[in-house]
Amino acid sequence: MNLTLKIWRQKGPQDKGRMVEYKVTDISEHMSFLEMMDVLNESLVAKDEEPIAFDHDCREGICGMCSLQINGEAHGPDRGITTCQLHMRMFKDGDTIFIEPFRANAFPVIKDLVVDRMAFERIQQAGGYISVNTSGNTQDANSIPISKQNADLSMDAASCIGCGACVASCKNSSAMLFVAAKVSQYALLPQGKIEAKDRVKNMVMQMDLEGFGNCTNTGACEIECPKGISIENIARLNREYLAATI
Amino acid sequence: MSGFLSSSIARKVAMALSALFLIIFLLIHVTVNITSLFSENVFNELSHFMGTNFLVQFLMQPILIFGVVFHFVMGFVLELKNKKSRSVKYVKYNGAANASWMSRNMAISGMAILAFLVLHFIDFWIPEMNHKYIEFLPEDPTRYFAELQHKFTNPLRVGAYVIAFVLLALHLLHGFQSAFQSVGLNKYTKCVKTLGKIYAIAIPSGFIIIAFFHYFNH
Amino acid sequence: MTTLNSRIPEGPIKDKWTLYKDKINLVNPANKRNIDIIVIGTGLAGGSAAATLAELGYSVKAFAYQDSPRRAHSIAAQGGINASKNYMGDGDSNYRLFYDTVKGGDYRSREANVYRLAEVSGNIIDQCVAQGVPFARDYGGLLDNRSFGGVLVSRTFYAKGQTGQQLLLGAYSAMNRQIARGKIEMFNRHEMLDVVKIDGKARGIIARNLITGEIERHSAHAVVIATGGYGNVYFLSTNAMGSNATAAWKIHKKGAFFANPCFTQIHPTCIPRSGDYQSKLTLMSESLRNDGRIWVPAKLEDAKAIQQKKLKPIQIAEENRDYFLERRYPAFGNLVPRDVASRAAKERCDAGFGVNATGEAVYLDFATAIKRYGTEQAKIHNINNPSTEKITQLGEAVIEEKYGNLFQMYEKIIDENPYKTPMMIYPATHYTMGGVWVDYNLMTTVPGLYCIGEANFSDHGANRLGASALMQGLADGYFVLPYTIGDYLADDIRTGKIRTDSPEFDEAEKSVKSQLEFFINNKGTHTVDYYHKRLGQVMWDKVGMARNEKGLKEAIIEIQEIREDFWKNVKVPGSLNEFNQELEKAGRVADFLELGELFAKDALEREESCGGHFREEHITDDGEAKRDDVNFAYVAAWEYTGKPSEAILHKEELQFKDIELKTRSYK
Repeated sequence: MNLTLKIWRQKGPQDKGRMVEYKVTDISEHMSFLEMMDVLNESLVAKDEEPIAFDHDCREGICGMCSLQINGEAHGPDRGITTCQLHMRMFKDGDTIFIEPFRANAFPVIKDLVVDRMAFERIQQAGGYISVNTSGNTQDANSIPISKQNADLSMDAASCIGCGACVASCKNSSAMLFVAAKVSQYALLPQGKIEAKDRVKNMVMQMDLEGFGNCTNTGACEIECPKGISIENIARLNREYLAATI
Repeated sequence: MSGFLSSSIARKVAMALSALFLIIFLLIHVTVNITSLFSENVFNELSHFMGTNFLVQFLMQPILIFGVVFHFVMGFVLELKNKKSRSVKYVKYNGAANASWMSRNMAISGMAILAFLVLHFIDFWIPEMNHKYIEFLPEDPTRYFAELQHKFTNPLRVGAYVIAFVLLALHLLHGFQSAFQSVGLNKYTKCVKTLGKIYAIAIPSGFIIIAFFHYFNH
Repeated sequence: MTTLNSRIPEGPIKDKWTLYKDKINLVNPANKRNIDIIVIGTGLAGGSAAATLAELGYSVKAFAYQDSPRRAHSIAAQGGINASKNYMGDGDSNYRLFYDTVKGGDYRSREANVYRLAEVSGNIIDQCVAQGVPFARDYGGLLDNRSFGGVLVSRTFYAKGQTGQQLLLGAYSAMNRQIARGKIEMFNRHEMLDVVKIDGKARGIIARNLITGEIERHSAHAVVIATGGYGNVYFLSTNAMGSNATAAWKIHKKGAFFANPCFTQIHPTCIPRSGDYQSKLTLMSESLRNDGRIWVPAKLEDAKAIQQKKLKPIQIAEENRDYFLERRYPAFGNLVPRDVASRAAKERCDAGFGVNATGEAVYLDFATAIKRYGTEQAKIHNINNPSTEKITQLGEAVIEEKYGNLFQMYEKIIDENPYKTPMMIYPATHYTMGGVWVDYNLMTTVPGLYCIGEANFSDHGANRLGASALMQGLADGYFVLPYTIGDYLADDIRTGKIRTDSPEFDEAEKSVKSQLEFFINNKGTHTVDYYHKRLGQVMWDKVGMARNEKGLKEAIIEIQEIREDFWKNVKVPGSLNEFNQELEKAGRVADFLELGELFAKDALEREESCGGHFREEHITDDGEAKRDDVNFAYVAAWEYTGKPSEAILHKEELQFKDIELKTRSYK
């Protein structure tokens, strides 16, 4: 199929940036979206133009490196997948596709479609861990029984890949789903309870410092999350935070 | 913003608590007004109580006004803050793909409700205040019903009320369950969502029916 | 030819590690903070090592080419992690895990290392649970285990199909704690481009800041390489796009020997390629072979019709199907080991029986299993004379419960419903057992330079068992390296900070810069990917699942030609001092072009078939792999002398004292 692409180009953080139109032809419907981008880049290099920078790595939906706001949606129109798992059969011949970086002040653009998600790193450094040394001299793993239900809920929260789709989709650029997933994973486990209060306070404080917006419960994050992380985690985060501050 | 309200979650909870308070107020308001459909006397009695009871007038009323003002001010402050957190906008943003119109446009429905409140204050509250505390007119416990009926003689006003209440319904359709989510009560999500829908449709409908009833029956 | 000193401690195998730890040199806590350690790569091995070293008190600098340590490709591991906990009470023990690993590796690994791995495996689980890794649990609240291919016990701990992700997040959280305390300085989006040696010891690195393009010097008292495997030498593999061998190859060029490069694992059940634009292959869990039957059409004309989409697989009658694994290996059938299954599929496709447009795919059919489960369910639910539809419906429900997420992933990629039409699969490169040679301390042949995780060669021999990669990465990083590195660093407590303005740093930086400048200034005709794809094609065709002398010799020449062409005609757009992904790739492919040749040379030299290495000349009468323990029970460690073709072979003889060497058979 033949497509018109409108892609955000920006030389660097200081550049203003603009949308540039490209045409791609003979795109197979079996291609993944990023393979289509590879084809475009190969042709740009052949024409001595600069290829389009975009983040990607594992290309199997787990590393969380790929991003892209495609036709106004994080990771494109399909559900439960990342951009690398999006296939061209979701589009029709002759379509115009808008491709933009994940946008938020907390995610500044590095180049073209590549954004800086260090804010997520700093939030996790603020408390996204259990303070136990890796000596291996901890108690036997089975001496801490955990109900299957809580272990499963914790696992669901822990499956967050930190891609930032929640922030990108949210009309307020809120990072609540991300922080909620991290806080919930530990809040649901007995090992995590000991530091639970400090953890939630510190992580929320860091989140606010990074300049993300406020959550207004639109639920867009949950719909666009490639791992289907539920906004029930946000309710849990609110509860944990209240319990820690009051 | 300093102190308790310096954290985003605290602000969100404060929004939710003021919302829950207003939800209760709306329920009382519609209950009182709906009696006007059945009995002039009951309506007058209740209105008289509300209008002259010391606790209602000097404790509940200031709290209510504070709640309303807080909810509006905080709502708009948050909206502006949130807008600022994405200074470069998307060229294409398909918000409808993942969130309802109501949830994305609480500020718009809120603004419409604010406009309505201004009208409402001009219609009822200012004359009331004038009547009681400025001109110190003698209290007539039977005046309320007539005043109510009188207001709904103008079709333009009735139209404005209807539009405002439709927007209120939209505001509540998201707001009701959102308030519960904000304070962390998600254990009964399904139940809250259903209840929220019923509430969001029933309460504004009640007000609309009252407006129409008096328009056609004066 | 020199003999390599693997520094295996004396004593019975059960006590080696304990006795060794008792006598090893340690660094006093007050001195540790004056010692810098650089860790390259932040996957399971690097991440766990960085965190642990920082906890011990060392000053750690960690480097990752991604924007976060959590994105390392360890995250993609699905199945689980082995540990000899014997929670199931089914007779597991350290010895049994040790035995299974050595046997699974076709007797080409070092006994002492593998035993140590088994010994610390239990600690890994304790550690991870304490860290908050949400492993699967049963209803009693205790940890659940599942069984994996090739072993007789259930010892695999798992977190849904995302075990690698959860373990990596565990190590990452331990790192975050140290980053917050200032004990780890994290360099995201940085790539190591060379190691700096001073007086023969590793003393630092040259790295490129991938955002600004700036070339940076970093010094340390020891350098740890944990950059994973080199599977991307094939261009198409299940590795991440960025996975590369540059760090490992650069240290090889500076004196670290490279061991057994020809030991590479080809995984049989991956989603096949759909066209030339393909960038990567996706793995489907091995567990599918429990219920799927693998076949191709028995008639060539049927295969042709299918390739041209004139025929559908369900239209081919039972008698016209060739269930080639069941035919060739009646005893194990579809459950033969990974290497055997992969080769059999390739053999059929090479003969023209492949079932997709590229001719490189075989069917994995669940129809029989659906029918069997359906009938079983009908009986259980007391349904008399169930209709075919009812049986299919019940059977599909069982399959969905077992493999639902995999089927869904397949449907997203291929756009066919695998419940109704057979899946298509084809083998793909998955893991590299070979890597940088290390001794018992995990130190390379360069003093102060360590290599851990998939990047080293140590524990898996010629073939890796499922759920063992995660175990090795974490064992190295949490429990082995932090001890053994102290033995070396104990001598460095008076050294003081290493200066970065020495001639050695100058020279290393100069050579790195000149290579980068060459790429930008070359203005050639072909993209980096063009060369990478060409290399991949040669590697796959001639150094892939089945190798022979003629093909390997051709491959060596062809790779040399591609390399020559690459250095003349490669085209890299953009400039040095900016975010430039093509420039990053160019350096990586340049290294693959050398590694690929050594790979072929190693495969040519190893005149036997064992594990992932299959030489067509060395087969039994019935066409199976024939190992040669008399002549090849050694580790081939290659020394770089300027060109891969002139690499010098050093042999580490493998001694099997605690395990008897046997031949594997699956007939």
